[in-house]
Amino acid sequence: MIHDLVTLEGVSKAFTLHLRDGMKISVVDNVSFGVKPGECVVLGGPSGAGKSSILKMIYGNYRCDHGRILVRDGEEQVDVATAEPRRILALRGSVMGYVSQFLHVIPRVSSLDIVAGAATDSGVPQAEAWARAERLLTLLNVPERLWSLPPATFSGGEQQRVNIARGLAADRPILLLDEPTASLDAANRAVVVRLIEEKKRAGAAIIGIFHDDDVRELVADRIVDVTEFASSKAA
Amino acid sequence: MMAKLNDKPLLSARNLGKHYGQRLGCRDVNFDLYEGEVLAVVGESGSGKSTLLSLLATELRPTAGAVNYRMRDGQTRNLFDLTEAERRFLLRTDWGFVRQDARDGLRMGVSAGGNVGERLMAVGGRHYGRIRDTASDWLNRVEIEPERIDDLPKSFSGGMRQRLQIARNLVTHPRLVFMDEPTSSLDVSVQARLLDLIRGLVSELGLAVIIVTHDLAVARLLSHRIMVMRQGRVIETGLTDQVLDDPREAYTQLLVSSVLAA
Repeated sequence: MIHDLVTLEGVSKAFTLHLRDGMKISVVDNVSFGVKPGECVVLGGPSGAGKSSILKMIYGNYRCDHGRILVRDGEEQVDVATAEPRRILALRGSVMGYVSQFLHVIPRVSSLDIVAGAATDSGVPQAEAWARAERLLTLLNVPERLWSLPPATFSGGEQQRVNIARGLAADRPILLLDEPTASLDAANRAVVVRLIEEKKRAGAAIIGIFHDDDVRELVADRIVDVTEFASSKAA
Repeated sequence: MMAKLNDKPLLSARNLGKHYGQRLGCRDVNFDLYEGEVLAVVGESGSGKSTLLSLLATELRPTAGAVNYRMRDGQTRNLFDLTEAERRFLLRTDWGFVRQDARDGLRMGVSAGGNVGERLMAVGGRHYGRIRDTASDWLNRVEIEPERIDDLPKSFSGGMRQRLQIARNLVTHPRLVFMDEPTSSLDVSVQARLLDLIRGLVSELGLAVIIVTHDLAVARLLSHRIMVMRQGRVIETGLTDQVLDDPREAYTQLLVSSVLAA
């Protein structure tokens, strides 16, 4: 049988705002679903339903209060909810990638190096990494004259496309996509759809949030409605 | 740091504490640090973070607990059981210490090349030409023009002095580097360049680093893991981006919400 690469079991999340007299905001309750290799699960529901919080918990960026988040690393299953920080960092290094619409600009590093570096960091050989970086930047319509420049001075759209290229350059079996296509034009959205299809064919498990209906329809194998996990809002 | 998950910690603090008479410096500090890991210790003045750094670097003796360190020969020793000669050898070879004020970390009356070369001589370097070549190479790596090799640090800008401190500390290929607010005496524009340089060298050399800072942006940029201290105790610890993006303790939430963008 084919194992899930990611499994959430009874995951709950609430924020306690100590600076607001300990106000407790429940985000999601009892989230359970799994994702198999080659499958793209899209999280659905209105903004504020907790879609992004779920992705952030899987990546270990937000804490998980209850439940288990099992991430497969080869033969091993790691529970991100309880794993040591360095175990989570190791998962991020080789197993799971997170792509948002925002580029954390690294000063003084060229766009091509940022994208190729993401690939070499995950173990892709140098020459292959450069070839991939060039292909991704070309596909995503980042003009070649910008490749040797750090993206700090680029337009928002150009930075976003460099960021997508970076996020997709590595070979990670799990990809978390947090609205990577937000505010992209139709041509570039179509490129991202094509790249996601490639990742699926290569066996990646993808969990995504997509604002655009057209993208969602094209890439989703399954939609998980996050409002099903709404906790009693008056908590 | 990705590859070796089953290795042993480089350094372990166990129930570490320091009282100055009745006054608390820090207490009950427990953590493991692995090779290649960067740990940021954050907190306000008086939180105990500087006391902790002094304990770890064996500049102070604790009133409780131990710090176990895996020596280059593979033996794990309590740092406070080392002889003075062993301790000095560790400080000169396996450790570095980058100070907030470069005047505390450099010899201001000695040339830039001398500051770097001195550490090499301390570990047995004897060949003048080779020492000078290595010093020149390290100046270059920290972006100081090699023709400044004979200049005194006094003639350097704040940013250059910090970069020279880094070269002086890294030339002996230490495994562990302590950093005490390494950027806070610098202008913001100079800070960014120094942080970028530190980040590159730390990952390239696979250094373990314990960095004390009150600046959460510095912690976010450089560290893998963070420890938040308050009133002498560690109140929250975890993956850096998790603690900063989803702080649990009231005090950590206050710290995070008090900066514009960390």
